[in-house]
Amino acid sequence: MGPLIVNEIISENTNLLLAFFIGIAFGFVLEQAGFSSSRKLAGMFYGYDTVVLKVFFTGAITAALGLLFFSLFGWIEMDYVFVNPTYLGSTIVGGVVMGLGFIMGGFCPGTGFCGAAIGKIDALVFVGGLFIGIFIFAEGFPLWEKLYLSGFMGDITISKALGISSGVFVFLLILVAAGMFWVAEWAEKKFPREEY
Amino acid sequence: METQSQQGRKTRYMNPYIAGVLLGLVVLAANFIAGRGLGASGAVKSTIVAAMEKIAPQHTATATFYKDFGESHGGNPLNSWLVYQMLGVLVGAFLSGIIARRLTWKVEHSPKITSKRRLVFALLGGIFFGFGSQLGRGCTSGSALSGMAVLSLQGFISMMAIFGAAFTFAYFFRKNWI
Repeated sequence: MGPLIVNEIISENTNLLLAFFIGIAFGFVLEQAGFSSSRKLAGMFYGYDTVVLKVFFTGAITAALGLLFFSLFGWIEMDYVFVNPTYLGSTIVGGVVMGLGFIMGGFCPGTGFCGAAIGKIDALVFVGGLFIGIFIFAEGFPLWEKLYLSGFMGDITISKALGISSGVFVFLLILVAAGMFWVAEWAEKKFPREEY
Repeated sequence: METQSQQGRKTRYMNPYIAGVLLGLVVLAANFIAGRGLGASGAVKSTIVAAMEKIAPQHTATATFYKDFGESHGGNPLNSWLVYQMLGVLVGAFLSGIIARRLTWKVEHSPKITSKRRLVFALLGGIFFGFGSQLGRGCTSGSALSGMAVLSLQGFISMMAIFGAAFTFAYFFRKNWI
């Protein structure tokens, strides 16, 4: 049955319309969770507000579990689902650069747009920065093309890389997340903050 | 002891675990419908490519980055899944802002720093995040969250690199936040 677009159950135009509605849900949830506030997001890295960890990992687990069950029930063909290809070098270096951007800017791209949508001027400026950063990457591409293509491993899954089944991996992921949630709740009590 | 107002402030945001489940369902829906996850930086890339194709068509016909994009995507870069999804994000966040009464123009920053300092760092952060998102093939949404949902190895490495680096560098930028 799924993915609907790949199996031609819906048209390309319907797919784009549904993208808009999915975006509305995405933006609504992010804003409701408080992701439109840089001080709330940055709290993650100083322990005073760990909402990022809680929302992010609960989200990843819910989606991963959902896909496992959908696949088990035959509702979705995972062969047709896009699995991000792994380029070890560029993923690590790119991730570190993003982490630096995160702690300086207080937003990631999705949350930056959310903040901008409700009038946060710092978020609007951050989004402006995104355009500049991506433009620099595009214009200087030959300079980092080699790094961009480094460490290619194909569209490998983490369970395959570890040699365990997807189900076992997701189960372990849930245990790890539960442990992190416990630490997060502890940290928020230990590093409390005044209203911000 | 929490004061009444602090309690009031906290309840204005959704419970993070409930928000997380809802976020996961959105990622699940995207995969079920479109066979792909969410994204944010990709829409910015599409917009830049579209603008450059208009402004400097000769340049985009020859420069590798734009040429590769054109070959792998084709058609108008703005007529893409991620662009429509990001337009939705703006609408969704705006609606949430109306409901929660959070619509207001302001520069949010720690009382210990000036607005100007906050904006300078916001701009720098955006530049770094934008650049990194291209090198890493997606940001927190497209690479880390959506990648982890489909158990992509890349998603997990990306998540660890982003959060690991932010924790590592947090000490140097603490004045901006605490």
